[in-house]
Amino acid sequence: MKFSEQWLREWVNPVLSREALTHQITMAGLEVDDVESVATAFSGVIVAEVLDVAPHPDADKLRVCQVSDGQATWQIVCGAANVRTGLKVPMAQIGATLPGDFKIKKAKLRGVESNGMLCSEQELGLADTADGLFELPANAPVGQDIRAYLGLDDAIIDVDLTPNRSDCLSVMGIAREVAALNGMTFKPHEVPEVHFSINDEFPIHLDAPEACPRYVGRVIRNVDLNRPTPLWMVEKLRRSGIRSIDPAVDVTNFVMLELGQPMHAFDLAQLNGAIHVRFARDGETLTLLDGQTVTLDETTLVIADQQKVLAMAGVMGGEFSGVADGTRDLFLESAFFTPLTIVGKARNYGLHTDSSHRFERGVDSDHQRRAIERATRLLIDIVGGQPGPVVEMVSKPHLPVRDEIELRHQRVDDVLGIHLDRTRIEEILARLGVTVTRVTKEGGVFKVPSHRFDLSIEVDLIEEIGRIYGYNKLPVTEPKARLAIPSLPEDRLSVRALKQQLVGQGFREVVTYSFVDRESLRLLTPMHSTIELANPIASDMAVMRTTLIAGLIKAAGYNQNRQQTRLRLFETGLAFHSWQGEIVQEPKLAGLLAGGRLSEGWLSSKEKVDFFDLKGQVEALLALTGKRYQWRKGDHPALHPGQSAEILLDGAVVGIAGALHPQIVKSLDLNGPTFTFELCLNSIVKAKVPNFRGISKFPEIRRDLAIIIDKATDYADVSAVIAESAGESCVRHNLFDVYLGENLGADKKSLAVSIVWRNSERTLRDEEVTEAFNHVIKALEGRFGASLRS
Amino acid sequence: MQDLDAIVASARADVAAASSEQALEQLRVDYLGKKGQITARLKDLGKLSAEERPAAGALINQAKEDVQALINSAKSRMAEAALNDKLQAESIDVTLPGRTEAPGSLHPVTRTLNRIEDFFSRCGYTVEEGPEIEDDYHNFEALNIPAHHPARAMHDTFYFNASTLLRTHTSPVQIRTMERGKPPFRMICPGRVYRCDSDMTHTPMFHQVEGLLVDRQVSFADLKSTIVEFLREFFEKDLQVRFRPSYFPFTEPSAEVDIEWGRDSDGSIRWLEVMGCGMVHPKVFQAAGIDPETWRGFAFGLGVERLAMLRYGVNDLRMFFENDMRFLEQF
Repeated sequence: MKFSEQWLREWVNPVLSREALTHQITMAGLEVDDVESVATAFSGVIVAEVLDVAPHPDADKLRVCQVSDGQATWQIVCGAANVRTGLKVPMAQIGATLPGDFKIKKAKLRGVESNGMLCSEQELGLADTADGLFELPANAPVGQDIRAYLGLDDAIIDVDLTPNRSDCLSVMGIAREVAALNGMTFKPHEVPEVHFSINDEFPIHLDAPEACPRYVGRVIRNVDLNRPTPLWMVEKLRRSGIRSIDPAVDVTNFVMLELGQPMHAFDLAQLNGAIHVRFARDGETLTLLDGQTVTLDETTLVIADQQKVLAMAGVMGGEFSGVADGTRDLFLESAFFTPLTIVGKARNYGLHTDSSHRFERGVDSDHQRRAIERATRLLIDIVGGQPGPVVEMVSKPHLPVRDEIELRHQRVDDVLGIHLDRTRIEEILARLGVTVTRVTKEGGVFKVPSHRFDLSIEVDLIEEIGRIYGYNKLPVTEPKARLAIPSLPEDRLSVRALKQQLVGQGFREVVTYSFVDRESLRLLTPMHSTIELANPIASDMAVMRTTLIAGLIKAAGYNQNRQQTRLRLFETGLAFHSWQGEIVQEPKLAGLLAGGRLSEGWLSSKEKVDFFDLKGQVEALLALTGKRYQWRKGDHPALHPGQSAEILLDGAVVGIAGALHPQIVKSLDLNGPTFTFELCLNSIVKAKVPNFRGISKFPEIRRDLAIIIDKATDYADVSAVIAESAGESCVRHNLFDVYLGENLGADKKSLAVSIVWRNSERTLRDEEVTEAFNHVIKALEGRFGASLRS
Repeated sequence: MQDLDAIVASARADVAAASSEQALEQLRVDYLGKKGQITARLKDLGKLSAEERPAAGALINQAKEDVQALINSAKSRMAEAALNDKLQAESIDVTLPGRTEAPGSLHPVTRTLNRIEDFFSRCGYTVEEGPEIEDDYHNFEALNIPAHHPARAMHDTFYFNASTLLRTHTSPVQIRTMERGKPPFRMICPGRVYRCDSDMTHTPMFHQVEGLLVDRQVSFADLKSTIVEFLREFFEKDLQVRFRPSYFPFTEPSAEVDIEWGRDSDGSIRWLEVMGCGMVHPKVFQAAGIDPETWRGFAFGLGVERLAMLRYGVNDLRMFFENDMRFLEQF
């Protein structure tokens, strides 16, 4: 809501500076977004009259004018095309300073003396552009300072209103609030009835009284819409951000700004039979004032006559029923449409108007007659005409009812944390027009004025008391709540710890959007049904990510395009897919590695990362849980089929890891081999609580084993056979070499494993260990056809 | 015994001239070995009378010790020199960079969330999480934002269908937590939220933390102290905080919180809006099955990116989601 400070002060004028006033409004919850001076600083400009215009002897485009300032006549050379005898214009006198610190001095233009300057709106800083002199009305008083005449020492105050305070969507509403804040009595301006001079009425039918319980109309005949809207009104509208159109539209807009009641003026000649306020019939069409034709549905309230739809109620008028050139007779509308009827309607049709903004938040249901009287007065003063009687149709049972509200004083104290006595409470509420109707033991019963439809329950009143008392004057106390200590089980690993571990391993955390493009998900997780936004902001942000890898790839690409090649990224967050019609939202932790194994340096080789860098990083991370994870060959479609693993915990897959499929690397524009992992966060936040076992004081015995087996045999299987065949005293075994070489044969590999035995109760004998070792060899031979490497 | 002195003198000269440990060892053999010059003199003792023998023996032993000492001392000088040479040879440029994996970094949003969570955890709040794909009921209805409420227009919601959406705030987590448990409550709900809006100062996804305290005796004054202490702790500054009446459907009274952020030339405080808060609306309690006559509460909500921008001086919101390494490595 934008309005002129002067306009507000015409209604209520507390002794407060501009700064103090706007601060007060802000601190009352009507946030002042902006305060803008109406005009930039300039001085020495007055209203002047052009007495004579003669051609310039040496320039075709310049004219030599004689201009009166009311006392003397000055010769001024002017280049504007619209300069003419009798015109009232702003004149910058000798010594004037125009915006931009432009000083006016006596000058000679092509040899002719010029004693000042005639100004355009642009030159006065009132408009961005101008195509000639600022033409003032014929009745402008010659000699008056232009700032005073135009009321330019004014500011435009822009208030960002919360949706509950539509009662302040008018100058009157703001004034009422300012009066309450300053403890001043508020008296709305008198709006005397305009007596009808003709008997013409236009019938009104409330066909949908639940949606429109009050409709006030009036006929005004023989108006002359060619007359100009007075400057004072044009200026007030302009300072509220509304352009002047014609006197009928200007007056309805003015009344809306002044009193908060949206109105509409119809061309009476276009109306047939009677006004019907009804719901549209499915498929009816209406061409709106902005020229677009909409197809209406049954939930849309319209103003219709006996033949056609005239307007979308409370939103916008129709093109063919509005005032136009040649309109002689008007039908004025001032109605109350219930918020629930209007809300969302404008948006459904892609519209948002000053009218719909007010109706959907609520206008005062008692105010329609007052508004139409005010509009009638203004109209006939400007455009003449004869008003008919006011026709008011009301459906009383459908008008909003203001329930009385019971307020308990103890509750005020409890909620606000301060004790206020009865007198203070009643005084504060009375300022807002909320009056006590009945005193009770605990407090009182209060009646709320019709414009405060946001007040309906006790806490609404408590908020008002706090607001007027001043939030910042309320005390500050420590909460006195019981101290329940949240539990923190030791076997619960925090996500924070996991993240910190990855950071320690050199990873940087990224945060990517949860919605990505459809194509990358089709490549990465073709097995998942995706969940798509109905109203995405862009097509590449339309589908909920099924995997965090999609965002990591995007982040990697972004950085690779910026010469960042060595990347270690991770992200945590939800991944989404649909499973048998249900939405699955699962927390994940994913990472990505690309580029060099080590940062480039004098010590490091230039080797690129490979699968085992990835695996080592994941293993180091998972080591934090203290649990044993199994790795096995996987077949994730996003991964290289030969470098793809599944990670299992207690037999269940909890993650995947591997090289991104080279095709995907290519399709998604990544630079070189890229390794990635994704883990189910919920499965890895369970950690092992330590359980001490005694330390053996007997020595270890180690034997090394080198075997040749088929290349395709997984080490995990070899390892399992060793573990189960090495006997109870075997404490660990460790792979220390893998060898592939032509001398072994192309389909063979050699594995070298150290095996360590130890008994917790005695020193092992050499023969025992040899026996166990031979048992391992036999088991490997039997299971894999392994042979010892000599 | 002139002879013995000459032997020692000759040994002294030989030791001084020796250039290696082997040469010294050879000298030891030459003088002190079984056939050495001094050892040979011991054999001569037999020729002396019993009276002369002890004195002569002592002299020979003395010469033997002297020569041994000369050799030992030369040996240790040589070992020391050799060690010094070795150390010299092994010296390196200690200013060269070390062999390491430099640590990565947490995203500034996480860093900020951690600080917020730490503050409220110390105050006994639990950290609660919830779904990001929400239903209309938990995101709006239960928070006293019925269908067609004008506040909905301000939320610019992403929809999947008429009743499923991306949560526009983390407040639904409060509802879900209250539905599951019994008062009293102290919780914060951090997480991603979504609004269908994108420009210089809006991203379609950002992070919020909502907080809730529910107990029997809770007032607006308690809310004020919680917020003021949090903001002063977060910014580590004794800054001014003001509460400005506002409107949220789920709280009443509602307030927006401004902090002091610099001063104008005339000394007046420049205020900056940082969060919203209020007393839990009775309808929210009713929706969560809690009796608003018995229980009262306060709630607050803040934008994490906004606080991070203020704290670390980041001037472009969009950078948080570009994930440029040159941005991330600064945190």
